[in-house]
Amino acid sequence: MFDRDKWQEIFSTISKNKTRTVLTGFSVATGIFMLIFLLGAGRGLRNGMTSVFAQDATNSMQIYGGRTTKAYKGTPEGKRIQMVNADYLDLGRSIDKLDVISAMSYIPGAETISYKNNYGNFNVSPVHDTYKEIKNFDMLEGRFLNKKDIKENRKVVAIQDVVKEVLFPKETAINKLITINNIKFKVVGVFNQPSFDDNSREIYIPITVAQKIFNNNDYLRRISFTLQDISVEESKKVEQFITYQMAARHGFSREDKNALWIQNNIENSQQFSSLFSAIEMFVWIIGIFTILLGVIGVFNIMMIVVKERTKEIGIRKAIGASPSSVVGLILMEAIFITAASGYVGLITGVGLLEVINKFDLIYKIYPPAAIYFLNPQVDLGIAIGATIVLIVTGALAGFFPARKAASIRPIEALRDE
Amino acid sequence: MIRLQNIHKSYITGTNKLHVLKGIDLHIKEGELVSIMGSSGSGKSTLLNILGLLDNHDEGVYILNNQEIKSMSETKAAKLRNNLLGFVFQSFNLISFKNAMENVALPLYYQKVARKKRNKMALDYLDKMGLKDWAEHMPNELSGGQKQRVAIARSMITQPKIILADEPTGALDSKTSIEVMDLLKEINQSGITVIIVTHENDIAHMTDRIINLKDGRIESIIENNKINSKETIRVPQE
Repeated sequence: MFDRDKWQEIFSTISKNKTRTVLTGFSVATGIFMLIFLLGAGRGLRNGMTSVFAQDATNSMQIYGGRTTKAYKGTPEGKRIQMVNADYLDLGRSIDKLDVISAMSYIPGAETISYKNNYGNFNVSPVHDTYKEIKNFDMLEGRFLNKKDIKENRKVVAIQDVVKEVLFPKETAINKLITINNIKFKVVGVFNQPSFDDNSREIYIPITVAQKIFNNNDYLRRISFTLQDISVEESKKVEQFITYQMAARHGFSREDKNALWIQNNIENSQQFSSLFSAIEMFVWIIGIFTILLGVIGVFNIMMIVVKERTKEIGIRKAIGASPSSVVGLILMEAIFITAASGYVGLITGVGLLEVINKFDLIYKIYPPAAIYFLNPQVDLGIAIGATIVLIVTGALAGFFPARKAASIRPIEALRDE
Repeated sequence: MIRLQNIHKSYITGTNKLHVLKGIDLHIKEGELVSIMGSSGSGKSTLLNILGLLDNHDEGVYILNNQEIKSMSETKAAKLRNNLLGFVFQSFNLISFKNAMENVALPLYYQKVARKKRNKMALDYLDKMGLKDWAEHMPNELSGGQKQRVAIARSMITQPKIILADEPTGALDSKTSIEVMDLLKEINQSGITVIIVTHENDIAHMTDRIINLKDGRIESIIENNKINSKETIRVPQE
């Protein structure tokens, strides 16, 4: 295979027909380039979208109270549905396959939070300790709220890293007391929270404390929970179950779609991943067809090469070239053209992805899109797969011309003036 | 060296069957210098192809170097051609992108002789042809006579038993033709059987024996050493 003479002959024919070879190679290179680049870009988009949506666990659901749009048993439409603690407890007991459940209430009025001379407006959300399982937090320091905090109505607080930067620019935050609506809370943890909203500045306090001190009621803004190993179909049943349960408790029609807002992340994430699978498949189809075009090009060229070299092949056969050595000659040339140009396409595609990644090109061109595009890359498997595709297609492109060359009868070739 | 018995060959073109060789009986001894003559369509090229293992015969017995040649695989035929036969063609058939030395060395490549060794051997053969200084030249830089000498060197390099020359002087002027014929004679004197296909009388008359073909049959065989006595051996017709 690594026979110098064979290669010398392959290169001599290639160099005699540079333009033709380059043009043929170009189409193969384009095919591989498109495949690699689009797959990489698709992967980047998927990574980006995943990280944006990762703020909610993909097996979670959230319920918000809405307003009825249908009159029901004497109550006119437009009734506000206010969820309360009893709903939280009831759903916590009755939902099938429940993992964790957390409610969130709210605190009224301006939320000016201060520590010594530092202050700012932050979003204060009273939640249960289990909220940590529903949102994807990254604890940087300390801990999140725990069961004891909830049970004993402790005045403790977990703050987002951006909040910490404002209130504690130069010192540690843990165990310091911050003031929320004139009441002091002890900081127990600092966390990081992935989000597509750059302005997210969250503070979490125990829901029990908030309801006691700020609200003096048991109203809930939302209920969030996660489910264990659940399919989309099952999650839809859960949705329906909740609607029926809440309809009975709050007195609204089961068919009223607006009385309760249910965000089903299980369904969303599944739609999301099937969308990406579809995009990936589409990319493969484009790539494969482009490669196919390239291969047909190589095939064509090799047919012409065989035709042009008929006489030469005849001479070789007359002086003792075996059919297999003739097949080898043509096949190697076809494989060489496809493999070499495909490799160029591969390198260009990977290179472009690397450049985009390294220099943050998307952010420079159109900043808002940047967060939806993360780590565009092609995994090793795809690169290896593409290489195999190249060799196989090259061999395929060379096979028929080579067979034609082998079937050339020396005497006819020699007469071919 | 070569024994043909009742060789038949026909070609099928579409619905037509063209009967080219209609029973050839021929014996060529080792070390002979023979010419095959005939007008175009007489079947002389077909005969040469069969002798040169470039084509298979349909019927009859062909014994080459004590070995009966039957339909064999291309690979085996290629090997026999490489070891036993050397070809010289009218249009030289040198490979245009290889220089003289590489052209001469090519048959050895198919014998898997190492590159250095075969190039050295090629140079020796070119030297014998008086072309040592032209070793690095490409075929298009050589004259017709030089090209044919390169082709003869190429046919000789594997030290074959038989040289088959198809109109070797067809593309050359008379002076060069004689030089080439002298060369072929010299090769013959070294013990190699030489078979020349030609339509030129004077070329044929430089050989020991002339085989005249007509319509796929041997019309006559002329022994040149007896040519002065005008004795002609008639081959009985079927």
